Amino acid sequence: MTKRASDVSASPPRRRSSYTLAPLVLIAANVVLFALFFVWPAVIGLVYSFTNYTGVGAFQFVGLDNYHNLFGDSTFYDALTRTLLYAVLFVPLNFALSLLAANLVVNKHAKGASVARVVFFIPWLLSPIVVGVLWRWLFGENFGLVNYVIEKLGGGAVPWQSNADLSLLVVVFAASWAWTGFTMLLFIAAIKNVPVSYYEAASLDGAGPWRQFISITLPSIAPTSFIVILLNTINAMKEYPVFVALNNGGPGTSNNLLVQYIYETGFKRGQIGYASAASFVLMLILMAVAIIQLIVNRRVENR
Amino acid sequence: MTTTDMPRPVDADPGRVVSKKRPRRAGGGGLRRAVPATTLLWIMACLYGLPVLWFILSSLKPASDLFSYPLTVIPHHPTLSGYLTAWRSANFSQYFINTTIVCVITTILTVGVSCCTGYALAKYDNKWLKVFFICILATTMLPSEVMLAPEFLVVRNLGLYNSFAGIILPAVLTATGCFMFRQFFLTVPDELVEAARIDGARELAIFLRIMVPLSRPIMLTLAILSFQWRWNDYIWPLLMLNDPDKFTVQIGIQSIVGAQNINWSVLLGASVISMIPLIVIFLVFQRYVMSADINAGLKD
Repeated sequence: MTKRASDVSASPPRRRSSYTLAPLVLIAANVVLFALFFVWPAVIGLVYSFTNYTGVGAFQFVGLDNYHNLFGDSTFYDALTRTLLYAVLFVPLNFALSLLAANLVVNKHAKGASVARVVFFIPWLLSPIVVGVLWRWLFGENFGLVNYVIEKLGGGAVPWQSNADLSLLVVVFAASWAWTGFTMLLFIAAIKNVPVSYYEAASLDGAGPWRQFISITLPSIAPTSFIVILLNTINAMKEYPVFVALNNGGPGTSNNLLVQYIYETGFKRGQIGYASAASFVLMLILMAVAIIQLIVNRRVENR
Repeated sequence: MTTTDMPRPVDADPGRVVSKKRPRRAGGGGLRRAVPATTLLWIMACLYGLPVLWFILSSLKPASDLFSYPLTVIPHHPTLSGYLTAWRSANFSQYFINTTIVCVITTILTVGVSCCTGYALAKYDNKWLKVFFICILATTMLPSEVMLAPEFLVVRNLGLYNSFAGIILPAVLTATGCFMFRQFFLTVPDELVEAARIDGARELAIFLRIMVPLSRPIMLTLAILSFQWRWNDYIWPLLMLNDPDKFTVQIGIQSIVGAQNINWSVLLGASVISMIPLIVIFLVFQRYVMSADINAGLKD
């Protein structure tokens, strides 16, 4: 905008220009939003995590007390371990299901793949709340279809709601089911980018489909796999709405995950400072996950 | 349907060498391979489709039939009473309008802002643009759920509590959106920009007249994604909104679930109604989602 075309035409090989005003105008809105809704909350969150702020009125700095209390708080530990357990179950299950779905959909031998792809994708369109409601309806202890079928087949009613571990398992199923569509799209894009000639060469050498999958597809889509694991780990760590609709973090408080813990302490009990400290612990976990991912990814790519 | 992207041969038939075209009839050992692949595909599709189907069929049953044994798959007396009760009671129509307003405004803003940012990141080379790129990358690691309390305080201090602006503005900046546009504009040849500059076009005019029309498919893809994100948002609207007249659909459904005795007839009706807009949008525009290289937006 500031420099006219004549400057540029003098040096045609330059691929990008070094204009400053135009890009500044273009990113201005996002810079403002970034400052307002990411930098500002992050800074005051860090500050409040060292205070006893309750959301209104004056507050005092209490040093590391919040963090100290947090690590002595068994409710926080329960929420943290439950969240990690959920992530450990959800991420691999979703990964396997999505990869299977993607491979079946791109398989030229499978008939009706385009319809099936839509079927796989529809659960992703449902909101986490509706997903929770839907699986609550399926897995209701006294009225659900699943228990009905189990009883018809001669089994006893399974306590999907009143057993904490089974209840968590239902959420894992529900979330994996709901997220398959999106993850599958990522995998489909990656699988389609694998050069066809690799498979042709492999089949000439007599490699079967399974062998080709292990030796060609999996290594070729490794970068996408890392992104999928990273995104899904983040999604799992911040999960809340599916739980709230499916079992409300229950039975009791056994399935309260970290975000629910932060929500309850911060907004129901008004301990903003304490909740901010919990938020920062969650943030550190996410950053650690991201950094580990980056290191592993780099090491694999450099191999 | 997405006929544009042909399924690529994953396990090429050893007998048939280098035929790039998709065979209409699987010859030779084709049938032997087609049966297991198709069977597995459809077993899995059934597992994914059946929960939704059961949910929708249940919602058509009258309240008295919902729990009557034996359970029947097809409703004997199909009725829309659950839907009607849900729509009339509990302000559901109001929630629907609120959610639509929020979604449409946020989506328009997200697409516009992401397009500008993506273009700047792709076509200009500056040190601080690179810094901003990393900043945006950082936002994917810091979802708003992580900073619920401080973000709430910020929005409250801005005077946006209990207003739609309080839900809309924090949601406009999305890393996925910016990266999708950046990735797209990287594929647009720089010569196009250079040629326009030589013709004397101003920088912003190049963007508005040439680049924005080019990026229309990406706009649609992001619009659909953004609409889905915002339609399904739960926790942030729940924190922001205090006035029941401003509630969104998801809060409305959750308030039915949270009741002491769940009214399943109304709950099923309300849930199915809330699913309809997204499914319709998806079925109409599905090729923009399905054929989109969404990976491009998230990678890099």
